[in-house]
Amino acid sequence: MKFTLSWLKDHLDTTASIDEITYALTDLGLEVEGVENPAAKLADFTLGYVQTAEKHPDADRLNVCQVETDEGVMQIICGAPNARAGITVVVAKPGVYVPGIDTTIGVGKIRGVESFGMMASEREMELSEEHDGIIELPSGKPGDRFIDWLAENDPAKVDPVIEIAITPNRPDALGVRGIARDLAARGLGKLKPRDCDAVEGSFASPIGVSIDEDTLDGCPVFYGRVIRGVKNGPSPQWLQDCLRAIGLRPISFLVDVTNFFTFDRNRPLHVFDADKVKGNLRVHRAKGGEEIAALDEKTYTLQAGQMVISDDSGVESIAGIMGGEATGVTEDTVNVFVESAYWDPVQIAYAGRALKINSDARYRFERGVDPAWTPYGIEHATRMILDHAGGEPSEVVVAGQVPDTRRAYKLDAAKVQSLVGMTIPESDQRQTLTALGFQLDGDMAQVPSWRPDVQGEADLVEEVARIASLTQLQGKPLPRLTTGVPRPVLSPMQRRVVTARRTAAALGYNECVTYSFIDQASAALFGGGTDETRLENPISSDMSHMRPDLLPGLLQAAARNQARGFADMALFEVGPAFSGGEPGEEQIMVSGLLVGRTGPRDVHGAARAVDVFDAKADAEAVLSAIGAPAKVQILRGAAEWWHPGRHGKICLGPKKVLGVFGEVHPRVLAAMDVKGPAMAFTIYPAEVPMPRKSGATRPALQISDLQAVERDFAFVVDADVEALTLVNAAKGADKSLIDDVRVFDEFIGGSLGEGKKSLAITVRLQPSDKTLKDADIEAVGAKVVEKVTKATGGVLRG
Amino acid sequence: MDDLKQKYLSQIADAGDESALEDIRLAAVGKKGEVALKMRELGKMTPEERQVAGPALNALKDEINSALAAKKAALGDAALDERLRSEWLDVTLPTRHQRQGSIHPVSQVTEELTAIFAEMGFSVAEGPRIDTDWYNFDALNIPGHHPARAEMDTFYMARGEGDDRAPHVLRTHTSPVQIRTMEAEGAPLRIICPGGVYRADYDQTHTPMFHQVEGLAIDKDLSMANLKWVLEEFFSAFFEIDGIKTRFRASHFPFTEPSAEVDIQCSWVDGQLRIGEGDGWMEVLGSGMVHPKVLQAGGIDPNEWQGFAFGMGIDRIAMLKYGIPDLRAFFDADLRWLRHYGFASLDQPNLHGGLSR
Repeated sequence: MKFTLSWLKDHLDTTASIDEITYALTDLGLEVEGVENPAAKLADFTLGYVQTAEKHPDADRLNVCQVETDEGVMQIICGAPNARAGITVVVAKPGVYVPGIDTTIGVGKIRGVESFGMMASEREMELSEEHDGIIELPSGKPGDRFIDWLAENDPAKVDPVIEIAITPNRPDALGVRGIARDLAARGLGKLKPRDCDAVEGSFASPIGVSIDEDTLDGCPVFYGRVIRGVKNGPSPQWLQDCLRAIGLRPISFLVDVTNFFTFDRNRPLHVFDADKVKGNLRVHRAKGGEEIAALDEKTYTLQAGQMVISDDSGVESIAGIMGGEATGVTEDTVNVFVESAYWDPVQIAYAGRALKINSDARYRFERGVDPAWTPYGIEHATRMILDHAGGEPSEVVVAGQVPDTRRAYKLDAAKVQSLVGMTIPESDQRQTLTALGFQLDGDMAQVPSWRPDVQGEADLVEEVARIASLTQLQGKPLPRLTTGVPRPVLSPMQRRVVTARRTAAALGYNECVTYSFIDQASAALFGGGTDETRLENPISSDMSHMRPDLLPGLLQAAARNQARGFADMALFEVGPAFSGGEPGEEQIMVSGLLVGRTGPRDVHGAARAVDVFDAKADAEAVLSAIGAPAKVQILRGAAEWWHPGRHGKICLGPKKVLGVFGEVHPRVLAAMDVKGPAMAFTIYPAEVPMPRKSGATRPALQISDLQAVERDFAFVVDADVEALTLVNAAKGADKSLIDDVRVFDEFIGGSLGEGKKSLAITVRLQPSDKTLKDADIEAVGAKVVEKVTKATGGVLRG
Repeated sequence: MDDLKQKYLSQIADAGDESALEDIRLAAVGKKGEVALKMRELGKMTPEERQVAGPALNALKDEINSALAAKKAALGDAALDERLRSEWLDVTLPTRHQRQGSIHPVSQVTEELTAIFAEMGFSVAEGPRIDTDWYNFDALNIPGHHPARAEMDTFYMARGEGDDRAPHVLRTHTSPVQIRTMEAEGAPLRIICPGGVYRADYDQTHTPMFHQVEGLAIDKDLSMANLKWVLEEFFSAFFEIDGIKTRFRASHFPFTEPSAEVDIQCSWVDGQLRIGEGDGWMEVLGSGMVHPKVLQAGGIDPNEWQGFAFGMGIDRIAMLKYGIPDLRAFFDADLRWLRHYGFASLDQPNLHGGLSR
């Protein structure tokens, strides 16, 4: 919302400066977005009087002028054709910045003659494009500031333009008068009365108006009248200045009148060319499919139920949003029908959104126009039209009646203290509300018709606090919920996520946060990309579906980093992935991605390509950090984006998957332009069982003083026998005596033959009650061999 | 006997290596060595002679043994010195590579503000990122026709054919979590809701996903004055600058009443933003007293309870605190950016040690 200072002063009697006004506006909740003050750049220009002007001795077109200024008579060389003795001019003395030529004036010599300043044209001061000569003023004393002269004689030229942001609750501030009312309530002046008497009609309106029964809820009231014999044409200068200053193009007087009241009073009006209207006007709902060529020169197809105004020829106006071209007013219009109606905000909002029309009328009606001012709107417009374009008004035709928006809420003076925490005397509170147009009857405050946002007692508090200024608010400590040391606040799951994140970072992974949406093709590679997770209105096709997994985002990040020349990386992300489009169909995952080598080439020969066991180690480390049990199963058969032979699911039973690690499927890498191979893991923190916590106490430490014994065994097994099966079998040989079983060697092929491999394990025996004798060790060894043979079909390697 | 002593001590002193030393030992004090032979002669002596010769022989044996041991140690030292002389390494060579991981600024700052608000009794509430339009809008007093709905640049989930329900939305703010938590826990309540939110906007200062933290406190007698205190305490703790002032300006949000936009004190010095000093103000958050309709939607009786709510951008305060220039880079996963603006895994923010290094 833009307006000029003089427009504001049309409603507000004030001596406040522009700075005081803009500060107050922002503080009141009418946030100033910008102030354009043409006077600011002209502040240093002063008036001068040319006493004499003589031809420059060395230049035909230049004059040497003696100019009277506030600093005495100064010699100024001037090339303007109208520079002559006896005129009052605008002078830029040395040191003054001239915006139109982007120059600061200095003392100079022009062809040998000294010059102490410049006499300015309108263009040089950016007042207009006028540059045929220097400004000649009809009045003014030498030394006066030019901006003071302008303010006095041509105020529009120095009228500051203020732009404010209007929150949706304040439709009243979409009119200059509403803004003035707020400032007056704040104490920055007095609201001027701007009423006008009703204009008597001298004949019956030849155009009648009706509202269909089913449309009264959307258009409760419609006022109209014909004014005949008007002379349309360009608006008077002040009106053109007003509109131009706020960025509107003057069109013709009759149209400009409607625009004026739109901004002056938040009262959109419409004018029809009465001679183009066939028969009477009827407000009704569209059947659907009707077409109308609107004033923006576009044709719209109406949907059933949208409100329209029709005459005998059909639809002539999209109610409350935009008029039709066919009945529009032109320069030649002599008989005009003026409409002032009230349209329901909700219905206008839906219709405007459906038709995608953004007009000043829609913007205002959907936020709320003062219904009670509907009849006044037509009288004010009539008055202005008669004053400037003449004509003869008809009687007013009315359909429906002004909706009753009367409501009152109890003013509880103590509420300002309890809700806001500011102490404001009740008398001040009542005064504030009165100044805003509330009517107080005892402790009941009747809400003014222009404030649809006020819907309860809390709103009264808001008004009082807002006008008093929230800057006066003093902080007050928030009492503690419990006395003493604050309790921890994170849930076990929240702590788990933090731990997982910090563990991954400690393992050398860089945390990424990537978008939750991803392109369909990438989503499809990871089991997503279906309609359930599709966005209706993505901002680009790269972000069309909710991600089904974290890995596609990480792989895209890897591809981008590879393109930047980084071959080795460890990336991870902690965040939600989406299995469906319903609330809750999401799960927090922790995913890590390893690409390239463990590091750059080094003198120690330590760097090597990353492999599956790197990802496995990191997955195990993260799981361990968040409290997963140490004893897990490693199963195969994870999703198809993993390398079929090089992955494992970390499980507690076949259905309880805590995480997956492995090599990413080469086809997936190729599709995502990642130069592989790439290793990854994904952990599902919510799947890890919560520990049954019974206090912080640890179980007592059991250690034995007896010497532990280690024995090595090597077994030849089929190549597809998994090491974990063998280890578990060996452990089962004597659960109390065997402390640990570790695989320390795998050997495939060679003398073992096709399809066989050798696995070597170390079995650590920890006696607890007596030292082991050779016989004991032999016995356990035999049992290990027996168990392993039974479980794997392997034989002890000779 | 002195000759014997002189002979062996000088031999020991001259021994060049351990094997020579061993030969001397065998010759001198070995089982068949000279001293042993002398010992055997003791039997033939008179008791008087024996009393003189015995201790003298023992002393000789001890002396030779200590000389042998001392020489052996000296030879060992010399050998070690010799070996170490050849064991020179160029220690300016680089080490084996160790990857340095990092924590993303959004995660770090989320933990920072969690630590601060936890101290003031706020726990952390979470909710779904895809939510119904009721939780995201209606329950927050933003009905279907409300202009705020259109202004929010909402992402909608596609609806299948024949599914006539209003489309779900990607939450445009974390406020729906307030409603869900009120429903689940009732009053009194103190929560913050940090998390990702979505709006269909992409330019220099907007990304379609960003992060917000909302705060909500409900009790019998909380006012905006408490809110101001909480925010000033928060900003001072977060920016680690004592006494940061805030300025409240009247504003409007459908879910609060009264509503205020909050500015923090700042100044610009040579193009550098300085928080907590000067007389400039920068808008950082929106806040207000929870609208009675919102309390009702959350199942809390507005006649009995009241409270405040506020919301601010996590990415934005991270940018302000750590001088990160471009929001879009947060989500680009450029390794150079992650390493430069990221945080070490062990730099877990807390209040006793300080939030940042």
